[in-house]
Amino acid sequence: MLLTITTTRQPATDLGYLLHKNPARMQAVELAYGRAHIFYPEATAERCTVALLLDIDPVSLVRNRRGPAGEGFALEQYVNDRPYVASSFLSVAIAKAFNTALNGTCKDRPELPEQQWPFEATVAVVPAPSAELLRRMFEPLGYSVQLQDYPLEPNLPEWGPSRYYTLQLRHPAVCLRDLLSHLYVLIPVLDNDKHYWVGEHEVEKLLSKGGDWLPRHPEREFITRRYLLNLAAYTRPALERLLDGDTSTNVELDAAGVELRSSGDGATLALGALASSPEQPTTEKRNLHDMRLEHVAAEIGRLGAKRVLDLGCGEGKLLRLLLQNRTIEYVLGMDVSYQALTRAQQRLGLPDMAPRQRQRLDLIQGSLLYHDPRLSGFDAAAVVEVIEHLDEGRLNSFEQVVFGKAKPGVVFVTTPNVSYNQKFEKLHAGEFRHADHRFEWTRAEFEAWAAGVAERNGYSVQIGPLGPEDPEVGAPSQLATFHRADQQP
Amino acid sequence: MPLASLRVPELSLILLVGTTGSGKSTFARRLFKPTEIVSSDHCRALVADDENDQSATPDAFELLHYLVGKRLKRGLLTVVDATNVQPEARKSLAELARQYHCLPVAVVLDVPEAVAAERNRQRPDRQQMGAHVLPMQRQQLRKGLKRLREEGFRQIYHLNGVEEIDAVENIRRDPLYSNRRDDRGPFDIIGDVHGCYLELVELLAELGYAVEEEPRLDERDLGVRVTPPAGRRALFLGDLVDRGTASPQVLRLVMSMVQSGAALCVPGNHDIKLLRYLGGKNVSAKHGFAETLEQLAAESDTFKNQVRQFIDGLVSHYVLDDGRLVVAHAGMREEMQGRGSGAVRAFALFGETTGEIDEFGLPVRYNWAAEYRGRAMVVYGHTPVPQPEWLNGTIDIDTGCVFGGRLTALRYPERELVSVAAHQVYSEPVRPLHHAQIAAETQLTAQQRHDEVLDIRDVTGKQQISTRLAHSVTIREENAIAALEVMSRFALSPKWLLYLPPTMSPSETSALPGLLEHPAEAFEYYKRQGVERVVCEEKHMGSRAVVVLARDEEAVRRHFGIVGEGFGKCYTRTGRNFFTDANLEQAFLARLRGAFTAAGFWEQFGTEWVCLDAELLPWSAKAQELIKNQYAAVAAAANGALPQVQHVLEQATTRGLDGSEALLSHYTARRTAAEQYTEAYRRYSWPVHSIDDLRLAPFHLLATAGRTYFDKDHQWHMETLRTICAADPSLLLATNYRVVSLQDPAAVESAIAWWNNLTEQGGEGMVVKPFDYIARTRRGVVQPALKCRGREYLRIIYGPDYLLPHNLERLRERGIKSKRSLALREFALGVEGLERFVAGAPLREVHQCVFGVLALESEAVDPRL
Repeated sequence: MLLTITTTRQPATDLGYLLHKNPARMQAVELAYGRAHIFYPEATAERCTVALLLDIDPVSLVRNRRGPAGEGFALEQYVNDRPYVASSFLSVAIAKAFNTALNGTCKDRPELPEQQWPFEATVAVVPAPSAELLRRMFEPLGYSVQLQDYPLEPNLPEWGPSRYYTLQLRHPAVCLRDLLSHLYVLIPVLDNDKHYWVGEHEVEKLLSKGGDWLPRHPEREFITRRYLLNLAAYTRPALERLLDGDTSTNVELDAAGVELRSSGDGATLALGALASSPEQPTTEKRNLHDMRLEHVAAEIGRLGAKRVLDLGCGEGKLLRLLLQNRTIEYVLGMDVSYQALTRAQQRLGLPDMAPRQRQRLDLIQGSLLYHDPRLSGFDAAAVVEVIEHLDEGRLNSFEQVVFGKAKPGVVFVTTPNVSYNQKFEKLHAGEFRHADHRFEWTRAEFEAWAAGVAERNGYSVQIGPLGPEDPEVGAPSQLATFHRADQQP
Repeated sequence: MPLASLRVPELSLILLVGTTGSGKSTFARRLFKPTEIVSSDHCRALVADDENDQSATPDAFELLHYLVGKRLKRGLLTVVDATNVQPEARKSLAELARQYHCLPVAVVLDVPEAVAAERNRQRPDRQQMGAHVLPMQRQQLRKGLKRLREEGFRQIYHLNGVEEIDAVENIRRDPLYSNRRDDRGPFDIIGDVHGCYLELVELLAELGYAVEEEPRLDERDLGVRVTPPAGRRALFLGDLVDRGTASPQVLRLVMSMVQSGAALCVPGNHDIKLLRYLGGKNVSAKHGFAETLEQLAAESDTFKNQVRQFIDGLVSHYVLDDGRLVVAHAGMREEMQGRGSGAVRAFALFGETTGEIDEFGLPVRYNWAAEYRGRAMVVYGHTPVPQPEWLNGTIDIDTGCVFGGRLTALRYPERELVSVAAHQVYSEPVRPLHHAQIAAETQLTAQQRHDEVLDIRDVTGKQQISTRLAHSVTIREENAIAALEVMSRFALSPKWLLYLPPTMSPSETSALPGLLEHPAEAFEYYKRQGVERVVCEEKHMGSRAVVVLARDEEAVRRHFGIVGEGFGKCYTRTGRNFFTDANLEQAFLARLRGAFTAAGFWEQFGTEWVCLDAELLPWSAKAQELIKNQYAAVAAAANGALPQVQHVLEQATTRGLDGSEALLSHYTARRTAAEQYTEAYRRYSWPVHSIDDLRLAPFHLLATAGRTYFDKDHQWHMETLRTICAADPSLLLATNYRVVSLQDPAAVESAIAWWNNLTEQGGEGMVVKPFDYIARTRRGVVQPALKCRGREYLRIIYGPDYLLPHNLERLRERGIKSKRSLALREFALGVEGLERFVAGAPLREVHQCVFGVLALESEAVDPRL
């Protein structure tokens, strides 16, 4: 909410010319969500400080739907940190209050913008995932970084630190224009929240502020991606209202490294890149999930199945693979998340598909815990990494819905192999790969469950590893293939 | 002799058959409601803007069939105004009638060709019609006349000539024989007797019927007279004969009862077989018919004749008591009830089979009752079962008396079963009688087994739920979509979810300085509604919790059909398990059960289970993540940034900058507000390490076995729960409350003082409820509760700065209308779901209500209210 910039280059009050703001007056600019005050707490020839103070109006934030979850009615919308932190709102204020300085123009003293001065900038407070990230953002640009952190709850030290810092940057010689553009671009990147206020053209504008320093920044990829991804601000108001703000960020670790996944929205990649080093992108791990899907798609192809179900189709990766197989006449994708289906629809280009292709695919919202006659009459069904998202006590219903009622000819069920978890360095013992996993089974546990399902429902079953096998702990995932009694395994 | 009146069944499909120009439309308009007539010309006009456009005929007839189908499905008499002279056209319509179990009727309008031709000449729109059309249609009509009966038309009226057509003055609609909606019972419905006379007489005695022998003065006298208990009648489900030792005596008794009005009877397949035999047909002596033949040999022809007439006169099934009760020998699907067709009759007699044969060589019966969704209770027999079991409002009461089981009666509307044991095994069943029990290994009832998996069609899409408090509550599709995800991903098994608590509206906004809510508005609301007394209950700022608790796992199995999930659950307002730590859950439930046992609750209420509405403290027990990510985070950010802001503003004032003083005082106020906000959220958050950190404050005793407590006032609820809380005061928190008479200003004042006192100490506030649980006015049910939250507490809800003058002013514009409407709808659903549960309704009917509450909770209403 507060940015101060101090210089000791003498006469320090030249800062007023550079900013086109008179040190002797309190000034203010109106913003869509409140106002920003500009004033000088100190203004002497030796030392001059300008303060940009945001006064965000929380009520209008809600009314104009500019707060978090802009369209939602989750309580989060009303009590949030926006008024107190440096976020994209601060960038907007910089652009408005220090417009000429940001553009490097100074009518009265045209020589000043090109000069490099010693500057000290303080931002109170900056939300950031870690102190380390703050340093990684600013140190490559020549700043020495000083941070003050704050406990989340002083009365409960076990809750640890909060994500807020007072950020102090010092640079011996930098153009004010560059200092402002660094803050303008990097502050929203640090903030974990989505920029609800940015439109696509504004992103380009933001990136253009990166001028020529961004391409040389070692974290350029992360910075760019973070912007682009945060643009995809899907909101799901109805659901959030029900979840009581419990949209915990889900973390899935995969294969040799890390794939952080924020419960199914676009932030996935950014967080992934953040957690691993940027030079080594996460392709290897992402391939494992793709491999899992390709394996199941190939198996379905081998069967010569004509009508195929994808239960828990998510955003439609497997559906895409299945549609590439010409033998398959019809695919029905089902997911419980309407939001995932909407994205699947976009990703598969459903609305614009040619009529014959369109007839091969339907997407429906449904649940694996309710009998659904739409699921009957299929040759094969894929249930890829789905069962571990159900409470164990509800597997009985799942079994009856899929094996008892829908009865596809062949059913492919995959689930993580918990023994493999020790290969994930970032995973603590006893922790699941994903915050929404209700259980993760050993190979023996999966086998016992699968054998019981097969026996009770007139299926035979084979179980095999899925993914590269480790001699001791096996493969990261496991696949059970169920054949209905009248089907040849 | 021309007919002035045509009689047709009340639910029939009437085909007008006649050439162009025969006057079909005129005839139809004269004798039927306009909406009952579906005309091919009109359909042609609808799809082509021209009723004579012959190229549109295929589409027009597709539309006609669609309309006819919809009307028949909904049970409406329908007249098809088309030429219907071609057999194909009639055939597809007759099939449609059969599909919906309606009777097809043909009314032939047979006018001389010259008359028809003359009429067509006078109609300008028919000038284009080819000259060959009319003679061709005449020819088709004449040919078709002979074939109508074999095409399946039950009634055929051939109106020959204009005179006969014009003579028809009205259509008489005959009710179907099965329609006995006005007959409300009460009944004693008796299952398959199969010649077990002794047991039948014993059962009748048990039911209070007096059976007396009567002298037979005439050959036609049946020699027995039965006097029912006052007002009651017996209702036989058929299969009176075969296998047993006394089929003729049974027939004599039942016939006498039907004759005297003491009984109704529907036929069974064995009775119909006997009828076929008596009608001279060749029938096999298998399945116990040989015994009947032997017993009948001694009977007179007069008697046999009487039997033939009796069985012949029986109606396949009955719809009784305003559609609430349906009886048939082998059951009846909903779409067939009260309809007449060969298929309906066959279903009534034989039920439905899957086409498979079981290991005993018997056809496998299709369990139609598993899919039954109808409003009517269906009582049937036909398939012997060891125990009558309710399934989706249907019950099979054939307990195999002749196989050595029992003869059972169901008393309606009491739903009581009465039975007598067989004296002996009269016949060895091919399939062992207790075969069905093998499937019942889990010891669950048929309904509980069926309820293992619910049908998605019962919850998704737009739903209308009838409730006893608010007529009908609509669930919109988009809300059902959100609820399906939450229910599937997070909720407990629907078997635990008897109830989800309704949302609660705040009182209207207060105008008092520095306050958004105050009790005065809540009192004023109830006073306006004509409520004289209210109850004020302290609010604890925990999390809403519903507790379902049983004495033991056995009781959970019996009453909820759940095996292996413990003896209770405590869940959130969205149906999610409160506990993620199984040990903590176990400790909590065990302590709670201990308190109920110690309080003597189970004995006092004659129950093995209880459902409670409660608050679980602390707030942080469930909301810890929310508190950390949102409330504590906001405080950390505010307390980190604001002192620095204050510092630079102080510097600015030292410099004497104009306007800096005002800004400094504004931010100083915000700093204080942030500190007060921090105190406010802290008050309700403490870490939970063990059961000792938890408190449960129950405030509604919702239900126990067989009953709810919505008829008890809130004082009763508070006092009843207080005694239980006393049994374990370190876990259970008895809520402070007071009863306030709204006519007594002193009492109102003192309640307000109480609230002031509570909230000044940082308390959440209180809930004001009408004294009665369900309070009504002429306009309907009033708000079941209003909350009045304290000034400090509301900082958590409205944010640290909500009391700053400019903010409070704007926040006062809040509207509570939609919140109130939502609260009432959810309240109605909550009550309905529990009432259905305690009445033993199928789970889907309970789940609909629970799912409905969850769906409504996803409606866009300001969550700060």
